[in-house]
Amino acid sequence: MNINFTLIAQAIAFAVLIWFTVKFVWPPLLKAIEARQKEIADGLAAAADGRNALEVAAKKSEVTLTEAKQKASEIIAQAEKRGTQIIEEAKGSAKVEGDRIIAGAKAEIEQEVNRAKEGLRAQVSTLAIAGAEKILRKEIDAKAHSELLAKLAAEL
Amino acid sequence: MATEHAEQVAMTPSEYIAGHLSFNAKPIGDGGFWTLHVDTLVMSVILGILVMGLVWWVARGASAGVPTKRQAFVELVFGFVDDQVKNIFHGNRHAFIAPTALTVFLWVFAMNAMDFLPVDVMHKFYGLFGLHHWRSVPTSDINTTFALALAVWFLMIFFAIKVKGLGGWIHELFCSPFGTKIWVWPANFLFNMIEYISKPLSHSLRLFGNMYAGEVIFLLLGLWAATGLTGTIFGAILGAGWSIFHILIVALQAFIFMMLTVVYLAMAHESH
Repeated sequence: MNINFTLIAQAIAFAVLIWFTVKFVWPPLLKAIEARQKEIADGLAAAADGRNALEVAAKKSEVTLTEAKQKASEIIAQAEKRGTQIIEEAKGSAKVEGDRIIAGAKAEIEQEVNRAKEGLRAQVSTLAIAGAEKILRKEIDAKAHSELLAKLAAEL
Repeated sequence: MATEHAEQVAMTPSEYIAGHLSFNAKPIGDGGFWTLHVDTLVMSVILGILVMGLVWWVARGASAGVPTKRQAFVELVFGFVDDQVKNIFHGNRHAFIAPTALTVFLWVFAMNAMDFLPVDVMHKFYGLFGLHHWRSVPTSDINTTFALALAVWFLMIFFAIKVKGLGGWIHELFCSPFGTKIWVWPANFLFNMIEYISKPLSHSLRLFGNMYAGEVIFLLLGLWAATGLTGTIFGAILGAGWSIFHILIVALQAFIFMMLTVVYLAMAHESH
């Protein structure tokens, strides 16, 4: 156990080792570790951002969905209303049309009846004249009583 | 000692221990201080290159992406050292103190770990290269631990002067911890001197003592094993037990040495 030149030699070796570590060993390790730390931090931040964005999107989609539902129900209500309106309108126009047809038919019938009456009247007067002629051939002058017969036919 | 193999049977215990505890010393001058422990220097330099080279090799190919298992292990050590430094030193640790702490921790750990090598097997192994005095554990040489502690001591003074200026450092020598009054200057200075002397001594002797004692205990168990069958059995069992316990000591002493290095360097940055 004696102190000798080995002390100086070892101190030099120590100094060289420290220099080597400071210069060549520590910096690349530190760089790699710090770069990885940054990468991990960035990744975590990105994940948090993603989560936030997802939340916002979910909220937005919910709002949109609600709006769409509301709109749909509005449209349905409107359509129902319009449907009833159309039915009502159809009903009204059908009634009017029907009434018109009925009225037309009635008028036609009346016209027909009148025409038939006119025809009948004419025929009855002719028949009456013919009957009266046959019955009253001798006694009654057709010409003298034609005015009276015409009056009679008009009253039928 | 070329005839050591033939004499080994007849060796006395003190010869055995002295044989294992003597360095491969080469005089490089007039002897005395001018002696070099070749074994200590070669082993520590090989271990330093091995350990820091391995870390450098991994660091060079380090990627910021998913790390390989090798890189993950190095990063584990890196993170461990960095955390310790972060808790003690609050300046820019990446510039010098944290890499120094990593160097100290890994290098001292590797040198301490040489204690796991079985002394007598290694003795034979080194004998193959004609090295009959060759100690494996550089940290059980007071020169190594004292060199490290002294280097830290000089760094400590360097940082103290760098941070506070030469005047500020001298001011602190005389005016702390008791105050700035002139009649407490001697007491302050005495206190600081004791601190400056005790720091490297306790720093180096703690590590040296632990490693040296560990080695001596292995040698004593080796001695016991040489006494016969019972001694061999107990020596083996206790040797295994001591090896397992020594794993803790090796790691713990490396950790303590690193922590003290960081604490001393951090204290040098603080003004009182």
